[in-house]
Amino acid sequence: MNEYTPQQGLMKPNLDVGIVGYGAYVPRYRIPAKEISKMWTGGVGGVPIQEKAVNGLDEDVVTMSIEAARNALDRGQINPRDIRAVWVGSESHPYAVKPSSTTVAEAIGAVPNTQAADWEFACKAGTEAMQAAIAFVGSGMARYALSIGMDTAQGRPGDALEYTAAAGGAAILIGLAEEAVAVINGSYSFVTDTPDFWRRAHANYPSHGDRFTGEPAYFKHVMGAAEALMEALERMAADYDWAVFHQPNAKFPQRVAKMLGFTPEQIAPGLLSPRIGNTYSGSTMIGLTAVLDVAEPGDRILMVSYGSGAGSDAFDIRVTDRIEAARDRAMKTETYISRRTEINYATYSRFRDKLKMS
Amino acid sequence: MIEAGLLIINLQSLIISLQSLIINGFIMTNVSIIGIGQTEVKEMWDTSIRHLAWYAIEAALDDAHTTDVDAIFVGNMLAESLSNQNHLGALVADFAGLRGIEAVTVEAANASGGAALRQAVLAVKSGLVETALAVGVEKMTDETGPKVTAAAATSLDADYEAMHGLTLAGAGALLMRRYMHEYGRQVADFAGFSVNAHSNGADNPQAMFRNRLKAERFTAAPLVADPVTLFDAAPLGDGAAAVIVTSHDRALDMVPQPVRIAGSAMATDTLALHDRKEALWLAAAEKSAQRALAQAGVTPDEVDLFELHDSFTIIAALSLEAAGFAERGQGWRLAQNGGIGRNGRIPISTFGGLKARGNPLGATGVYQIVEVVRQLRGEAGPCQVEGAKIGMAQNLGGMGGTAVTHILKASK
Amino acid sequence: MEVSRHWRLQEQRYKLVGETCDSCGVKLFPPRDVCLECEAPAKELFTFTGLGEIFSYTTIYDAPAGFEHHAPYTIALVKLDEGPLVTAQLTDVEKEDVAIGMPVEMVTRKLRTDGEEGMIVYGYKFRPLSLAQTVN
Repeated sequence: MNEYTPQQGLMKPNLDVGIVGYGAYVPRYRIPAKEISKMWTGGVGGVPIQEKAVNGLDEDVVTMSIEAARNALDRGQINPRDIRAVWVGSESHPYAVKPSSTTVAEAIGAVPNTQAADWEFACKAGTEAMQAAIAFVGSGMARYALSIGMDTAQGRPGDALEYTAAAGGAAILIGLAEEAVAVINGSYSFVTDTPDFWRRAHANYPSHGDRFTGEPAYFKHVMGAAEALMEALERMAADYDWAVFHQPNAKFPQRVAKMLGFTPEQIAPGLLSPRIGNTYSGSTMIGLTAVLDVAEPGDRILMVSYGSGAGSDAFDIRVTDRIEAARDRAMKTETYISRRTEINYATYSRFRDKLKMS
Repeated sequence: MIEAGLLIINLQSLIISLQSLIINGFIMTNVSIIGIGQTEVKEMWDTSIRHLAWYAIEAALDDAHTTDVDAIFVGNMLAESLSNQNHLGALVADFAGLRGIEAVTVEAANASGGAALRQAVLAVKSGLVETALAVGVEKMTDETGPKVTAAAATSLDADYEAMHGLTLAGAGALLMRRYMHEYGRQVADFAGFSVNAHSNGADNPQAMFRNRLKAERFTAAPLVADPVTLFDAAPLGDGAAAVIVTSHDRALDMVPQPVRIAGSAMATDTLALHDRKEALWLAAAEKSAQRALAQAGVTPDEVDLFELHDSFTIIAALSLEAAGFAERGQGWRLAQNGGIGRNGRIPISTFGGLKARGNPLGATGVYQIVEVVRQLRGEAGPCQVEGAKIGMAQNLGGMGGTAVTHILKASK
Repeated sequence: MEVSRHWRLQEQRYKLVGETCDSCGVKLFPPRDVCLECEAPAKELFTFTGLGEIFSYTTIYDAPAGFEHHAPYTIALVKLDEGPLVTAQLTDVEKEDVAIGMPVEMVTRKLRTDGEEGMIVYGYKFRPLSLAQTVN
């Protein structure tokens, strides 16, 4: 038996594929973390982010995915009937049983000749769907496949997660490299059974291992996937123009970037958690859309997601000339973030269904 | 050959003139009202829908001095959704002591009452029914709050209006806002309708609200659906009213003061405001008014009072325009200078209208008729419009998707 | 809630699919198969852009059953660029900022939820267009 090498774990399809279209969505409401700490700690002590995005009463993962998907299609300028997969990754699908993806597929006009499925893997459900989409297109099975990471994440009132669990995400449309605004050179998945965070069926709020979510969970898997991918592709941190890491708070992605040798400048455009919170399945992917909104042709991007339970997917991406025409065809990530209406804890409680109405 | 041809032409023209005679009602039976009855309009917690109907029928039978009724037409909108009761025709006939006779429910949303009378008129005109009774009945208070608001909104387009959260007040508000925009009006310009209604209602012991209303309070009232306020929207209440009709010739033998139904017309429009060519025009109200006026051979100028469907002040303004009492965009003006008052150019809501007498949705149309009859008999007490000889009543369903207009004439 | 009824209307609610009249070219929404203008058959499907402007609007304070938890909410008659009026809620806007003539665009949102366990009905709402256009 040969020794295992990272090259063996590198995932690269037969055909060259890339991102043909991309779209973000962030709801307009923001609750400052200080407003939450006022509720539970009398405002004493630090907060993990400035504020987080909150979905309105009429929004859920389906509606938010539809808007992000429409943005991706506007950028890709493709016929939705050529899409062969609509995949929505989330841990807050509005139905426990009934796919979010069929509603999204119907709304964007991709039905009926398409695959549709919902994905779940805590915060990396979206990048899982993205890898599957790469395989779908890269194998020649599909011309286009749409992967979405979107969440309206819940945090137990007063829990550390309440400060960060946010709403938002992105849609990434995968197609062949020659049509792409960014080519995907390869990806890498790194997964172990690590019980750092979970939500049992029928539970309203997730439970977590507190400090156990750090070292043995987030850092181990993000580092594992990132290092293996870079080694397999023989790249260093300095080879990348930009990097995006999953953002459960402001601190973790900055620390992991430093550990991997990335500079604060490299992660700056994709580091959104201080301003929108942790959008769970959307977190890494919306970081990527923010980077694509500003990247130049030829730029290299490393993207590494993290999902509790636990695992990371790492992607090596290179931006093409097509980015410049495409980026202005839909509302940019930064525009969504600047669209901001501040709410207090009372309104937040109402929007997040925390008031017992019946 | 030529002469034969002329003969055929003459025969044809004879047939045409005979037809027009029939259509104009010279040959068909004239119909008159011989009895009226009504309950108060209010929250009647201890009264069921069957009792409400019975009380109104009993009063009408007393008024007509007869128990000889051949058919009942029950106008009702919400018994199914608020009282889980359909099949009102038989239920009402049974409880009114008229078990065995022909009876059926007529539903045309808020215009159910007017539509029930219309069916009674048709029945008598056809000659197949000698005496018919139209009773409008609505039991609003078996449910309360949002359920009632939702039930009332079933008169709108369920798929394209109600499903989006629109209510009757909301639809009224959409019309009012647009009207204000197009004609440069303010909310205060509509206050006169409610002030007039309350002023008249104060004199009507059977009215739901007998308080007078100051114009300043109209604009300051809580919002129901901006810009429609609580003092703009007619209050929903329990109530029943009944009218007995028979052929005019028979009526003359039965009662001292039969009131003749000189015009009776029903017309329809789209349920949804968004489907109308002109959102600010009540086309069904116009059509039914024109037809009824033509049948009666009168012009709006000759009408002494008009019981219109003042569910919202904007509907009062639009009804005055559609029925020919005001130019387009000018209906609000009549409410400014006493034009709609008891001694005004066209008195409206003489017993308080929907706004102060109260609005028991499917019964409202029959209340209007009862009130016009009292005016024409000279039995309106302090609400009397002096010398009233010709009265008009117009009952709308939803936002005017149905309009029923009746013109009544005093016998003397 | 009536499952098949809402399923039947999905094309219209998700994508503003209406109809166009072959004879006079008038666009219809909601679809009704017969032209409102010339009464000719009008069954050819037509997808609206979702752009339009506010024709009239109101904020509902006295909400019907099923909408109580959303009150106050704003409903508008929206004049679509292609001609017809449509009744829909406005979203992502403060009621004080709504005005007749305001340009709006269609978005897909939750219209209603049938209690805790029932179906979720999605459909069109409109939001101000200005923000997306000016900030981009």
